Amino acid sequence: MAVEAPSDGDHVYLRLEGITKSFPGVVANCGINLDVGRGEIHAVLGENGAGKSTLMKVLYGFWQPDAGTISVDGKRLDLRSPSDAIRAGIGMVFQSFMLIPAFSVAENIALTLPGSGVLLSVSAIRARLREFGSRYGLSVEADAKVWQLSVGEQQRVEIVKLLVSGARVLILDEPTSVLAPHEVTKLFEILQTLRRDGYTILFVTHKLNEVMAIADRITVLRKGGVVGTLPRAGATLPDLVDMLLGERELRAGSFERRDHEPGGRAVLELHDLSVRSDRGRTGLARVSLRVCAGEIVGVAGVTGNGQTELGEAILGLRRPAGGRVVLDGVDVTRRSTAAILAQGVACIPEDPLRMGVAPGLTIAENMVLDERARYMPFGGLLTDWRAIRREIELRVENFGIAIPRLSVPVGTLSGGNVQRLLLLRALARKPRLLVAFYPTRGLDIAATRMAQELLMVSRNGGAATLLISEDLDELFALSDRLVVLSRGAVAGSFRPGEVETVDVGLLMTGAAKRHEWQASPASSIPGS
Amino acid sequence: MLAMLQSVLGGGIRAGTPILYATLGEVISERAGVVNLGVEGGILVGACAGFITTAHTQNPMLGIAAAALAGGLAGLVHAFMVVTLRSNQIASGLALMFLCLGVTSFVGRPYVAVKINAVPQASVPGLSRLPLVGTVLFTHDVLVYGAYLLAPLIWLLLFHTKWGLALRAVGERPAVAYASGLPTSLIQYGAVVSGGVLSGIAGAHLSLAYARSWVEGMSNGRGFIAVALVIFATWHPLRSVVGAVVFGAVFALQLQIQARGVALSPYFLDMTPYLLTLVGLLLMGRARRHAMPEGLRAVFEGVT
Amino acid sequence: MASVARLVDSRVLIPLRLLGLTALAFVAVGAFLLLFGRNPIEAYGVIFKGAFGSGYGLSEVVVRAIPLMLCAVATAIPARMGLLNVGGEGQLHGGAMAATWGALTLGALPRGALLPGLVILGLLGGAAAAFVPAFLRWAAGVNETISTLLLNYVIVLLVEYMVRGPWKDPMSYNWPFTPEFPESARLSFYWGTRIHAGLWFALVAITLFYLALRRTRWGYEIRVIGDNPDAAARAGIPLGRYVLLTMCVGGALAGLAGMAEVCAIQSRLRPGISTGFGYTGFLVSWLALHHPLGIVVMALLLGVLSVGGDMVQISLGLPYATVNIIMALIFFVVLGGRFRKSRSG
Repeated sequence: MAVEAPSDGDHVYLRLEGITKSFPGVVANCGINLDVGRGEIHAVLGENGAGKSTLMKVLYGFWQPDAGTISVDGKRLDLRSPSDAIRAGIGMVFQSFMLIPAFSVAENIALTLPGSGVLLSVSAIRARLREFGSRYGLSVEADAKVWQLSVGEQQRVEIVKLLVSGARVLILDEPTSVLAPHEVTKLFEILQTLRRDGYTILFVTHKLNEVMAIADRITVLRKGGVVGTLPRAGATLPDLVDMLLGERELRAGSFERRDHEPGGRAVLELHDLSVRSDRGRTGLARVSLRVCAGEIVGVAGVTGNGQTELGEAILGLRRPAGGRVVLDGVDVTRRSTAAILAQGVACIPEDPLRMGVAPGLTIAENMVLDERARYMPFGGLLTDWRAIRREIELRVENFGIAIPRLSVPVGTLSGGNVQRLLLLRALARKPRLLVAFYPTRGLDIAATRMAQELLMVSRNGGAATLLISEDLDELFALSDRLVVLSRGAVAGSFRPGEVETVDVGLLMTGAAKRHEWQASPASSIPGS
Repeated sequence: MLAMLQSVLGGGIRAGTPILYATLGEVISERAGVVNLGVEGGILVGACAGFITTAHTQNPMLGIAAAALAGGLAGLVHAFMVVTLRSNQIASGLALMFLCLGVTSFVGRPYVAVKINAVPQASVPGLSRLPLVGTVLFTHDVLVYGAYLLAPLIWLLLFHTKWGLALRAVGERPAVAYASGLPTSLIQYGAVVSGGVLSGIAGAHLSLAYARSWVEGMSNGRGFIAVALVIFATWHPLRSVVGAVVFGAVFALQLQIQARGVALSPYFLDMTPYLLTLVGLLLMGRARRHAMPEGLRAVFEGVT
Repeated sequence: MASVARLVDSRVLIPLRLLGLTALAFVAVGAFLLLFGRNPIEAYGVIFKGAFGSGYGLSEVVVRAIPLMLCAVATAIPARMGLLNVGGEGQLHGGAMAATWGALTLGALPRGALLPGLVILGLLGGAAAAFVPAFLRWAAGVNETISTLLLNYVIVLLVEYMVRGPWKDPMSYNWPFTPEFPESARLSFYWGTRIHAGLWFALVAITLFYLALRRTRWGYEIRVIGDNPDAAARAGIPLGRYVLLTMCVGGALAGLAGMAEVCAIQSRLRPGISTGFGYTGFLVSWLALHHPLGIVVMALLLGVLSVGGDMVQISLGLPYATVNIIMALIFFVVLGGRFRKSRSG
C-alpha cells in the first residue's frame, strides 16, 4: 500500500498552492496548500463551514479561486469550468448526486460519454459496465432506473461515470453521509481497489472513524485554513478532534443549568415517531423523546440525519408513518399545522428565507405571520398597523437589529437579520413549545449571545424548547438535556455535565457506537 | 354495424391526425421541459398559412411546407420568451395563442369562402384491399400516413439516439444536463421549434385535408386537448397515437350520430371531447405524475 | 438610499417602462399593417377618434370596460396566490345562464326582489363554473389553466344548446335567443348612454378586492401564499381551501359580468353576448400586474381598443382582429419585460 507521504515533488500528483476564495462577506478558503500523491486516498477533514466544499469545488472548476494555483502531474491547470476539470482527469461525486432519476443507469452514463454516432449504443455501455463491475466491484444493473437504486448503488453509478469519462483524480464529497453501514464497507473496498490501480482519491468528510479506516493521509481544515496534514499511522482520534474543533473557549456553563428534574409537565412527547424518507434522504426511525416546560432539550446531529423530518412531523407538515406526537397531553399526530400552531407551538425553521418569511412582503407584515388572529382581529378589518409597527420597533431596537424601516420587503435584508427577526417573532408569542433550528446561525458574536439569552429567558418563563443545532458549544451551553440524532434515530441521551463535547462529537459522527452511550439514569426518555 | 364501426375508426384516424401531430410536437417540447399552450396558436397559423399558400399556388404540398414554417415561427416566439427571457411558460403560451388568433383572423379573412385543391387521397396499393382493415387504415391522404409514421420515428429519436437522450436530460434536470456539457438552451430552442413545426402541420391537415376550408379559430381547442393528451400518453409518442385515435373517433362518432338523425343535440356531442379530456385529467389524478419530466413540475404544480 | 431607488423603481419606473413597451407593440402592429398595404397612422387615428371623438364613443369605452374589469378581477384574485384562471369566458357565460334562468322563471317578482336575486344567481353561476377547475386542482392536482380553457368551450356550447333548445324564444323565427327579459329584470342605464348599473358592480368589486387584499386577513394570507407557499404552509395557512376560495370568488365576479351583459345590454341570452370579454379580461389583469388600480386603467385602455376595433371595421374595412393583435403584442412585451420576479404556477 502506498502509505508513504510524498515528501518531494516527484511523488506529488496533485498540488494545490495558496488557494484563496472569498464570497461576499466570508473568506471560505485562505491560502490553502494541499499535496496529494498518485494512488493515495487523502482525507480532507473539517466541520461544516470549514471550507472543504469550497476547496473541492475550486478543484473541480466549479468556482475560480481568487488566488492560488492547481497542478496535476507537474502541469499547471487553468480550470474555468467543470468540463475543463473533467478534461484534466478530475472528477467529483457530489453529495447530491448528478444523476437523472428517471433515466436508466446506461442512459446516465451515456450522457457523459464523449463519442461519435447518433444512435445510443447501450450494448457498448453494458460492456464497459461489466468491465468496471468485475475489476472494481462496481456492479450495477445497466437497465435499472436510477430512482429504483439504493443510494449506495447510485453512488457506484456516479463513480463509474467518472471512470468512464477518464478521471484519474476522484473527489468524493461526504460520500458516506447517505450510506448504510454495509454500504460504507462496500464503498471502502471499491476505493481500495481503485487506489491499487493508481487512482488518486480525495475523501471529504467530518467522520473521524472513517478517516482512520480508509485514509492514507489526512488534511484537517478549520475556518477556511489548513490546520495540518498528517499520515494516518501517526494520527490518533483525540489529536484529530483537537485539530478539528480547535481551542475551545469555555462558553459552556455560563448559563445556569437545571441540574434537577424540571418540575414542569411534559409539553412535547414523541412516542416511536417514524417518518418515511424521501428519495435519498434519511427519515425518522422510532424516535421517542420528551420536552418538559421550562426545559431546553438539545438535538445534536450532523445536518441531514432526520432533523428536518423531525421538525416537519412535529409541526404537522408531514404525516408520520407511525408513532404519536403528543402536545400538552393531547394527541396531535393527525392535526393540521394550523391547529398545532394554535396550541402554542413556534418554530424557527432551518432555512429562514425559504421557509420562514414571504420575502416580497414587508418586515411588519412578516412579523405578524404566526399570530394573524391576534394582530388582525375581525378578519383583519381592525388591524392597527401603526400599533404593530411600534411594538415591533421596540422589540427590534432592544435586540439591536439595524433595519431602515419596517415597510421594506424582508427579501432585502441580510440572512442574519432575517434570522434575528424570526427569533423575535417566535419568542414574542411566549410559546409553550419552541422548535428552534440553528437559532444562532449567521449571527455575529454579540447577537449570538443576545439570542442565547433570549432563549434562556424564554425557558425560565416556562417554555419547552427543542433546540436543533450542529454547534456543540451552543448545545452544551444552553441545553438541560441532550439527544444525539444519527441516521434518523436517537443515538444517545444525557445531561451536558456528564460528558465532554468530544464524546458527543464522536457519537454524532458515528465514530462511537450507541451502546457506549446508553441513556443516563436520570434521563426521562421513554423507550430508550 | 360493421360498416359503422369501420367508418368511425377510419374517420377517427382522419380526425385524429391533426391532434396526433400537435400531440407529438408537444411531447417533444415537454420532454425538453417546455410546456407550450401556444400549440393552439401553432395549429391556427399552420392552417391559415397552408390554406393561403395552397389557394395561391394550387399546390397543397407547398401549403404543407408553408404551414410547417409558420408553426415553426410560432414555436420560435415561445422559445424566445421562455428560454431566453425566462417568462412564465403558461402565460407565454396563452399570449402566443392570442397573437396567432388575431393574426390569422386578420390575414385569413379574404380566404374564408375560397375553394382549394385538397391534399390528395392516396390509397396504398394492395393494402387498401385488405378485408376489414383495408379501407380503415389505408385509404387516406398522405398527411395521415405521415403522422402514423412520425410517431415511431419520434419514439426512436427520443429513446434511441443521443439527441433524444440529451433532450430528455434537459427536460428532467437541466443542471445535470448542463454539468454534462450539453447546450441546454439550444436544445430547448430546437425542441420547441420542432414542436411548433408539427403543430403547423397539424393545422395544415385541418384546413387542407379535413375541413378543406379556412374558418377563423378553426382549431377549436384541439391544441389544448393535445396538451392534455400528452399527459394521458405519459409523454410517450406511441401512446399518443392511441389517444389521438380515441379523440378522433369521438369527432367521427359525432358525424355518424348526426347523420343517423339520433335525437341528441349536436351541442352536447360537440362538448364530448372537452368533457372527456376533463374526466380523463380527473381520473388520472396524480397517478401518472411520476412519468412527468421533472423539469415540468414547477410549471404544472406551483401552489399546493 | 437603496430603498429610495427601489421605491422610485416600483412607483415610477414600472408604469414608465410599461408605457414604453406598449408603444413598442403599437409600432410593431403599425409595421404589420404597412406590410398589408394599410396606413397605420390612419388606423390609429380612427381608433382614437372612435373612442374619444364623441360622447358616445367615450360612453362605449366605459360599457366595454365593465365586463373587462370584472373578468380581470376574476383572473387577478387567484393570480395573487399563483393560480392562472383563464376561465373568465366560461364563468361569464355561467353567470349569464344562471341569471337568465332567474329572469325567465321568476319574472313575476317585483323588481326590488328580482334584481338582487339575479345578482346572486349571476355570482353563483360564475362560482359554479369556477368550482369545477378549482375542485379538480384541489382533489387531483389538475392544472387549472388547462381545465379552465377546456371548460370555456363546454359552457359556451351549453349556452348554444339552451338558446336553441329549452330556452328558445317561440316568437324568434328560429333565431337563437331567449325571450326578452321582463322589465323588472333589467338593470338601469344612465345618462342616456348604454352605461349600466354593472359599472357599480365592477367598481365595488375592484374596491373590495383592493381592501380585501390590503386590509383583511384573507387578503394578507393570499399575498403570503403568492409570495412563498412554503412559508404559508408552515404558518398554518390552509392552501387547499384558498384554491377553492379564490377561484370561486373570481368566477363569481366573472359571472356577475355575464349577468350584467344579459340584464342590461342584451336583455336576453344569446350566443355571442361576450366578444371574448373573459380572455380580454385575463389580458387586462396581466397587463395591470394583477393590481386593482391598474385593472381600472388597463380595462379602460383595452376598452378604447375594443371600441376602436369596431370603428376600423366600419370605416376602414380592417378586421376587428387588428386590435386583438395589438392586445396580444402588448401582453407579450409586458411578459417579456419582466416586471416581477418570475413566479411559476
